[in-house]
Amino acid sequence: MFELIFPPAFILILGAFLIGPIRAPLRPLIVLGAPLLTLYAIWQMGDGILMTAQFLNYEIQLIESSPLRRLFATIFAIMALVGGLFAFRQAKWWELAAAQAYAAGAIGVSFAGDLITMFLFWELMAIFSTVVVWCGGTEGARKAGIRYAIMHLVGGVLLKIGIEGVMVHTGSIEIQPIPLTNIDGWLILIGVLINAAAPPLSAWLADAYPESSPSGSVFLSAFTTKTAVLALILLFPGQQILIWIGLYMIFYGIIYALLENDMRRILAYSIVNQVGFMVCGIGIGTEMAINGASAHAFAHIIYKALLLMSAGSVLYMTGRRKCSELGGLYHSMPLTALCGIIGALAISAFPFTSGFISKSMISQSAADQHLMMVWLLLLAASAGVFLHAGIKFPWFVFFQKDSGLRPKDPPWNMRAAMVLLAAGCILLGVFPEWLYRLLPYPVDYVPYTASHLVTQLQLLLFSGLAFFALLPLMKRTLTISLDFDWVYRRLILSLINRLISLLSHLNTALRNISSRVFSIIWSYIGKHHGPEGMLARTWPTGSVVTWVVVLLTVFLLFSIY
Amino acid sequence: MTNRNSAPNDAQKSWLYRPENHKKLWWGFGLILAATVVVQLFVSVHGHFGFDGWFGFSAAFGFLSCALMVVFAKLLGYLLKRPDNYYDDDV
Repeated sequence: MFELIFPPAFILILGAFLIGPIRAPLRPLIVLGAPLLTLYAIWQMGDGILMTAQFLNYEIQLIESSPLRRLFATIFAIMALVGGLFAFRQAKWWELAAAQAYAAGAIGVSFAGDLITMFLFWELMAIFSTVVVWCGGTEGARKAGIRYAIMHLVGGVLLKIGIEGVMVHTGSIEIQPIPLTNIDGWLILIGVLINAAAPPLSAWLADAYPESSPSGSVFLSAFTTKTAVLALILLFPGQQILIWIGLYMIFYGIIYALLENDMRRILAYSIVNQVGFMVCGIGIGTEMAINGASAHAFAHIIYKALLLMSAGSVLYMTGRRKCSELGGLYHSMPLTALCGIIGALAISAFPFTSGFISKSMISQSAADQHLMMVWLLLLAASAGVFLHAGIKFPWFVFFQKDSGLRPKDPPWNMRAAMVLLAAGCILLGVFPEWLYRLLPYPVDYVPYTASHLVTQLQLLLFSGLAFFALLPLMKRTLTISLDFDWVYRRLILSLINRLISLLSHLNTALRNISSRVFSIIWSYIGKHHGPEGMLARTWPTGSVVTWVVVLLTVFLLFSIY
Repeated sequence: MTNRNSAPNDAQKSWLYRPENHKKLWWGFGLILAATVVVQLFVSVHGHFGFDGWFGFSAAFGFLSCALMVVFAKLLGYLLKRPDNYYDDDV
């Protein structure tokens, strides 16, 4: 084995450059080979700062490795690989290249040893995730991509101002916990939280992700929000405010997903919900909670990608995305339905799936800290996850009524990617120690106790009862739900329009007034200076002579005396 | 919702969609639900806060919290729902 100290992110960047120019038959080699090589590079690195460089008179640390960073980089590389497998025969080459550059950004952030390196890779992600959104190829995707880009550039600017503040005030660009004692810390926190889809700026996620291509949403679901989770763990562990932000995200995701009709938008809201669990765990901040948040990020990326692959397969085969137009597909798409159900069970934290062994660590950490209210809310949220993602998605897409559609399962590479991830969901659930071994802190937690199994099954199955009992209340409607994006897509726009019309009214009014005032002044001047005016009249020669005589007389009198 | 193709008659429908099977499905589901609660008689559930170890606590809490969320979402829907072409004239 040779020692390879080369930033793993650069392998994917190189891959992204090669995908376009290389001959089409060789493309799969890059799409699948580059992530594999990246995985290898990640796993033969030791801990600590491994590579530095000079940038603008700062010594930046291109690679700083630790178990936590390696965990996130690993799952990002796995997603680049399996997402590539899902996409490589159907997606356009520029989507594959953009996705690889996007993954490179995520892995670069994972290993960034300082704030400057982090920021550079952060913006790489912003740029290429926007390209992935645009690869949706529709007018809707173009517009959503622009809104997405604006939101992330704003977040990037806030982050950059915060980073510069930290550099100026502390002289250090190290990545370390930042106190929220001045504006610098807050700006960095806000910049990171925008990428985590935290309130109030969370609407970009459900706005943009469902507009991407069937494979694009798979890539999008994995990287941006989870690098934000990693950044929060590194920069703001144990910040209490994150508990409440996380809880808000959890319930926001559930409620909006319950109202939603577009199957991929349901899953997009559910990303916010799941990231909420992680943010809440980071806010609790104990070793158990950070372990839980990290494990949950790892498990979540797998089952959410699986769910979006399942939804993407349905979209690819039927061209439809609305629950009200789908249903009954389990018969003709058995594998897609099965994989979708496994993903749904995993996100709901059913025993023997990956969600069960990761999410419960976060709840446990809340109980250990005696945070009763937080624990109760997390428990209600766990039930709610089953409601909005665990049953709602598979029920309305694969069961519900017979929509009359008879699509087949998707092509082999899409099926293979789904089977791989479904296997991952179950294997992690059955062998939790595989994941626990990779976590940042030693794990002192046993997920499989009789008590935990019984309470979890009660919780989930009775949520299922609530779903079917209240099904009439959840009848699908051809609607969207207003979110905070209404403020910048409608309110601010209408305020600007109103301001413009107000200004134009003001303009006409001022013109009227000024023309009236002018006409008054004009007529006054005209009275004296006009053709008939006193001062403009032609004077008769006689009167001029008289005045000259008067003048000369006065002059004569002055000169005599 | 209307079907795209002619609606299959009851004999052609798959097992899941035949009305006579709905009752069986509900009974099966009910039995499973009951089993998860009854099993608590034999498994000691230790709660962290006391009340969470009560008999059937998780079942009741799961059902009630979900019912509450569904109803809350329904009510919020009256306020927030718009036709899905609401933003179509966006620039």
